[in-house]
Amino acid sequence: MSILVNGHTRLMVHGVDTTEGIVYVDRMLEAGTTVVAAVAVGQGGTWHAGVPVFETVREAIHATDANAALVCVRPPQVAEAILETADAGIELIVCATSHVPVRDMIEVNAYLSGQDTRLVGPGSPGVFSPGSCLVGAFPPHVLSAGTIGVLSRSGSMAYEVTWLLTQAGLGQSTVMGIGDGLIVATGFADALALFEDDPATEQVVLLGEIGGPEEEIAAAYIRDHMTKPVVALVVGHTAPPGRRMGHQGAIVQGYSGQARMKVEALSKAGVRIAETLDDIPALLRKG
Amino acid sequence: MRLHEYQAKRILDRHGVPVPAGEVATSVAEVQQIAERIARRVVLKAQVLTGGRGLAGGIQLAHDPQEAGRLARRMFGMQIAGLSANKLLVDQAVDVDREFYLGISLDRGLALPVIVASSRGGIDIAQVTRDTPQHVYRVPIDPLVGLRAYQVRALAEDIGLEREQVSDFCSIALGLYRAFMDTDAILVEANPLVVRPDGGFCCLNSKIVLDDNALFRHPDLVDLRDESQDILPERIARRHGITYVRLGGHVGCLFTGAGLAMASIDRLRDLGVRPANFVDVGKGATAEKVRQGLLLARNNSIQVVLVNAFCSVASCDEIARGIVDGCADLERDMTLVVRLDGPGHKAGWDLLDPHVTGSKRPRIVRAASSREVVARTVEVVQETEEASVR
Repeated sequence: MSILVNGHTRLMVHGVDTTEGIVYVDRMLEAGTTVVAAVAVGQGGTWHAGVPVFETVREAIHATDANAALVCVRPPQVAEAILETADAGIELIVCATSHVPVRDMIEVNAYLSGQDTRLVGPGSPGVFSPGSCLVGAFPPHVLSAGTIGVLSRSGSMAYEVTWLLTQAGLGQSTVMGIGDGLIVATGFADALALFEDDPATEQVVLLGEIGGPEEEIAAAYIRDHMTKPVVALVVGHTAPPGRRMGHQGAIVQGYSGQARMKVEALSKAGVRIAETLDDIPALLRKG
Repeated sequence: MRLHEYQAKRILDRHGVPVPAGEVATSVAEVQQIAERIARRVVLKAQVLTGGRGLAGGIQLAHDPQEAGRLARRMFGMQIAGLSANKLLVDQAVDVDREFYLGISLDRGLALPVIVASSRGGIDIAQVTRDTPQHVYRVPIDPLVGLRAYQVRALAEDIGLEREQVSDFCSIALGLYRAFMDTDAILVEANPLVVRPDGGFCCLNSKIVLDDNALFRHPDLVDLRDESQDILPERIARRHGITYVRLGGHVGCLFTGAGLAMASIDRLRDLGVRPANFVDVGKGATAEKVRQGLLLARNNSIQVVLVNAFCSVASCDEIARGIVDGCADLERDMTLVVRLDGPGHKAGWDLLDPHVTGSKRPRIVRAASSREVVARTVEVVQETEEASVR
């Protein structure tokens, strides 16, 4: 088993009219993901790599029974794509697009709160359950099926750590990127709760970074609710304060968002802290 | 994108928030003219995009236009935190009875805007929050209904305002919130927001930070960018959609993803090597963007560049093409230590091979993992240092 995506996932993709969107679809088809539909305004009725393209989400669901969506449209179109998909009743939306305006995400989040739709992202590399379903872009050779859940704010760090796990013989239940934005819809704590409830996941790796309160919120959840072991790495302790380190959300502001405080909170909650990427497999084995 | 104080005050003024009479000047003569026009006593404020201006001598009170001119002569061109004061804001001096903090920011955990108020005005709110959290009041705002007057009235009570001040305070808070939403800001501060002896409010200083990702909706605000406040590589990087952060050390660092980038510079520092910069071209980079990134990572006097690219969206041959193109403009005796993995990595390494096993220069040292790319970089740096001692 796994969280969020599995063998029953029938994916619709927003954004086959962008270079990046086309890469996502092609990579996922190569990886065997069931991509049943694409939505692109003005391109309904065409096909991309054997996938039918529709004008509206409603039409796509009607024709293909799609039950999940990947959004990789350009930043100004993201809010529209998410709202249309949620209104049509899709329960899982993964937003891969980065650099989405904050105000759009605040409004989308407020609109979705209390609804059944789960949004992952923005700026998520994707959600990947090896052996059953890959949603997003991931170097496929690094994944292997197993019992470790991986959570990351960063795509590149998720690839690296998943590859280290695979080389150490530690397969993954699901690898999930929560997103690189100032605001993410599904935080570390929400995702940890999913792993806690997933019978196939035995341990979790949490890959944090400077900026924002995600790691501290996760620490509180772990302290109060988590029974499965968690190993964490928080990067960015050498980053200068006040500077955005590549990700929109990776910025130390005043006293908030420092790596040291995040490590302290996680450590107090019983999380094993890795000093470097390479420490992670060994810390898991002990669990 | 952070705005200058004078730009922020103009925006607040448009949204009905009272600010002192004031104008911005670029010459001593202009400062004197403005001072003569607006008030006998004026405050001169260096327009630099950093905090701590007051302590650095960047805020001065002048009692008459002549003194304003004398002070301005000293202040123009002064350096504060490495930034040059090319503009001075000349504000009417305001007598102060009480000082407050009022701001709209983003609560990243709640994913909502929050209005923050404190009776401790005029100091950095992060410091107040740390030292005296009981004096900081925060109310989350539902963006679908907006900030409401009842929420502001409760805040007014919390920070101890008199009943007759509440109505003005409400209109200021609602103005700040409108400015926050209208400009796609992530921070709008009135700090200090003061009460004058006559009971009226006035915003003596303001900080506005705009959401870079929303600037496409605001061509008028893009024009407010003051590029004199950025170092040259930052300007070039922005033009190409690249993140550039100067770190002051000796090794250039190029990445295709921020997480692995931070992990790599942390590790370099822990092993005693100081990165010169942090250059991240992001996940879907083209060869041209990688080439630009490599040239940014090089800087002058850099001998070694670390490249750590674990790709997913971009394919490795695209990244490799950018590296090869960039190499044409690099000094022959430099060394690149490269890690390249992801889709198309074989084709990528084939492109780099003339620099790895062949005689093409600069040479490229091949690394197979994040650990190795850092370790090899440290070795190469040591070799280079030993060679230069000899």
